Amino acid sequence: MDIDVFVQLMGSSLRLATPLLLACLAGLFSERAGIFDIGLDGKMLAAAFAAGAVAAVSGSAWLGLLAGIGASMALSVVHGLASITLRGNQLISGVAINFLASGMTALIGQNWFHQGGQTPQLTADSRFLGIQLPFAEGLSSVPIVGPIYSNFISGHNILVYIALLTVPLTWWILFRTRFGLRLRAVGENPGAVDTAGISVVVQRYQAVLICGLLCGISGAYLSTGMSAGFVREMTAGKGFIALAALIFAKWKPWPALGACFLFGFLEAFGIRYQGFTIAGVTVPVQFMQALPYILTVVILAGFVGKAIPPKAGGQPYVKER
Amino acid sequence: MQNQAGRIDSALAIELVGISKSFGPVQANRDIHLPVRRGTIHGIVGENGAGKSTLMSILYGFYQADSGEIRINGQRTEIPDSLAAISAGIGMVHQHFMLVQPFTVLENIILGAEDGPLLRPSLAKARSELERLANEYELRVDPDAVVSELSVGAQQRVEILKALYRECDILILDEPTGVLTPAEADHLFRILEHLKSEGKTIILITHKLREIMAVTDEVSIMRRGEMVKTLVTSETSPSELAELMVGRRVLLRVEKTPAKPGPVALEAKDLTLIDDKGVERLRSVSLNVREGEILGIAGVAGNGQSELLEVLAGIAVANSGTVTFRGQDLDLSKITNANQRRKLGIAHVPEDRHRRGLVMPYQTWENTAFGYHGQPRFEAGYGLMSRGEMRNDAVGKIERFDIRPPDTNLKSANFSGGNQQKIVLAREIESDPDVLLVGQPTRGVDIGAIEFIHQQIVTLRDRGKAIILVSVELDEIQALSDRIIVMFDGRVSGERLSSETDERELGLLMAGIDPEKSEGA
Repeated sequence: MDIDVFVQLMGSSLRLATPLLLACLAGLFSERAGIFDIGLDGKMLAAAFAAGAVAAVSGSAWLGLLAGIGASMALSVVHGLASITLRGNQLISGVAINFLASGMTALIGQNWFHQGGQTPQLTADSRFLGIQLPFAEGLSSVPIVGPIYSNFISGHNILVYIALLTVPLTWWILFRTRFGLRLRAVGENPGAVDTAGISVVVQRYQAVLICGLLCGISGAYLSTGMSAGFVREMTAGKGFIALAALIFAKWKPWPALGACFLFGFLEAFGIRYQGFTIAGVTVPVQFMQALPYILTVVILAGFVGKAIPPKAGGQPYVKER
Repeated sequence: MQNQAGRIDSALAIELVGISKSFGPVQANRDIHLPVRRGTIHGIVGENGAGKSTLMSILYGFYQADSGEIRINGQRTEIPDSLAAISAGIGMVHQHFMLVQPFTVLENIILGAEDGPLLRPSLAKARSELERLANEYELRVDPDAVVSELSVGAQQRVEILKALYRECDILILDEPTGVLTPAEADHLFRILEHLKSEGKTIILITHKLREIMAVTDEVSIMRRGEMVKTLVTSETSPSELAELMVGRRVLLRVEKTPAKPGPVALEAKDLTLIDDKGVERLRSVSLNVREGEILGIAGVAGNGQSELLEVLAGIAVANSGTVTFRGQDLDLSKITNANQRRKLGIAHVPEDRHRRGLVMPYQTWENTAFGYHGQPRFEAGYGLMSRGEMRNDAVGKIERFDIRPPDTNLKSANFSGGNQQKIVLAREIESDPDVLLVGQPTRGVDIGAIEFIHQQIVTLRDRGKAIILVSVELDEIQALSDRIIVMFDGRVSGERLSSETDERELGLLMAGIDPEKSEGA
């Protein structure tokens, strides 16, 4: 394989991994605090719609991003109310959020823009465009380093870099700060947190809101970074793939980066090699497109070995009598 | 009242005045008065549901009292949450440890008591503080160990260190010895004595009267949500305490005549069991039990007793070994239909009555017949069951086993622990088995019911039946058994005749040390 092609494939993997990574880290915050969140996909979808709509109307990608974050966090509050305050079933609340987002984005989109649920095509200045890092142009002729720098490291939009920075930031928050210690504790043994005089409810709401924030960025990236506008069901199950990556990564930030990049790579590979021929047999396009989803099933079926989730995950906290 | 309010009784670390608390229609605490003198170990005893835990939860800010007041060092103090309790100098070691298992000891210590938003300085401070406490109180734990890998005794020391790190003056311990070996319990009591000599006040909640007599200075007795009395420990006796707890005279010792063992009823040889994780739970366990004999199986929880009982009962599979019953080998290679063992005459009272002994939403008459519902006497023809017969049967069992309330239609979940256990026992004992397997017959059962359950087991023995009793309560094993097998780490670490051993020797065996063998070496 030509190095240029390989580097382009890597760059494209990174772009496709970005929404997964943001959603995966979003889930990490929530699940580490003991709140299972199957509604990542729904939150991303709502954010993608809000970001696409607001960016189209206002002409500003940044306002779109804010709107996306707002929409996603609003759904987080719903999930928090259902699963923390009202101690409901977290899976059902998540499923409900997915349905709600799927239906509402199509309905509102049609009502506002009359384009079959899509938002208007975004112009270049109302999107997040690739940034050329310094020297990318000058270095591009240097062998090996040049193409790697200008096509893999440089040239992505700001949200890609934000997503990458979120990985060390998440690690640092979780393992080096008081907030992180308490967040991990509340997902393992909320009783220990409660008896130490810390509010389990406040701690869990904070985690769920961070989850909403990151899902919001992820969704906004889909409609204002990767594409130029919102399309119905544009998440295409990415929230669920992010959940699979989270399990694959055993709820740890650095492995989450690896897992999401792997899924991103598979998707990029599927897009690039449509009609790929191996030993005289042409692999169907559909198979290549299905690869990330097939891998999700394989991973969830236990290929990863034993993944131990946070012990108190999924259970509402009730003081025992 | 007014002139009292101004006076500060400095001798009292805690004074509870008129505390009442109800949960819906249930009055858990009624007008409780409790004085705890500073620098003493104060015991609180009472049956399950007497309101001890509720009272301590109020003191620790878990619940709010409906009325009454809490005075700490003579000052009226409001305790709306655990944070307030901690800042008032109260620490609590819960029965189920409040530790985060995958965290290190240090992380557990600082949780909720961090000095700033970053962990590093807090961890450093905790490390040096832990060093100081370890030297001062004989409380040694590796600060970097992960809690899940520590022994239960060490985890408990982490809990105590947590409280001391928060500079508590008053330490509450809720049933601290339930999960400890006798040696670990002794270690705990040495630590408590030490804390006392440093001027700390300790409240010890337990149902073990022996511990109350051994370590406390004063003892308060609770019964049905009320405070019965507070006594000076040296001026009372276990039988007086038991009587105050139950409200009537209780036999603490089981009355039984010496056993008249007959031929071997059931024999197990070289049982080995490896669990899903590849851990050897049973390592070549052999034993036999004779007709007319109670064989006690002692050991700290989790040393293979449960697995042994499950293999014998046919609900777990052994990897190798044999079990012979009436001269024929039982099939150990697959999980047996429990019905087959019962038909053979092996009845089983499971350790966990909620999960395995009863169907909690079933009514009494259903649970007293369940498992035996296919017997001809319950048949009504056309493949139907006779509910009438089953109800009649339940009425008899309720009467003979003194199940209260005597209601055939009450859901099992609504009975007290003791009466739930009586339902299971009635069903299994009245099936007239040749061998009865009993696991933890009195876990979570009141003293009054314990006496009755023990008597039933002894009566069955006197009818010439063989009984295998698994219990983590050494007192119970000693009181009931004719012969005792001690298990440690999946092995039989020793076998003794009940009349020829004592608690010290059994305690060593429970820790895997055979005093006879080590003396010889």
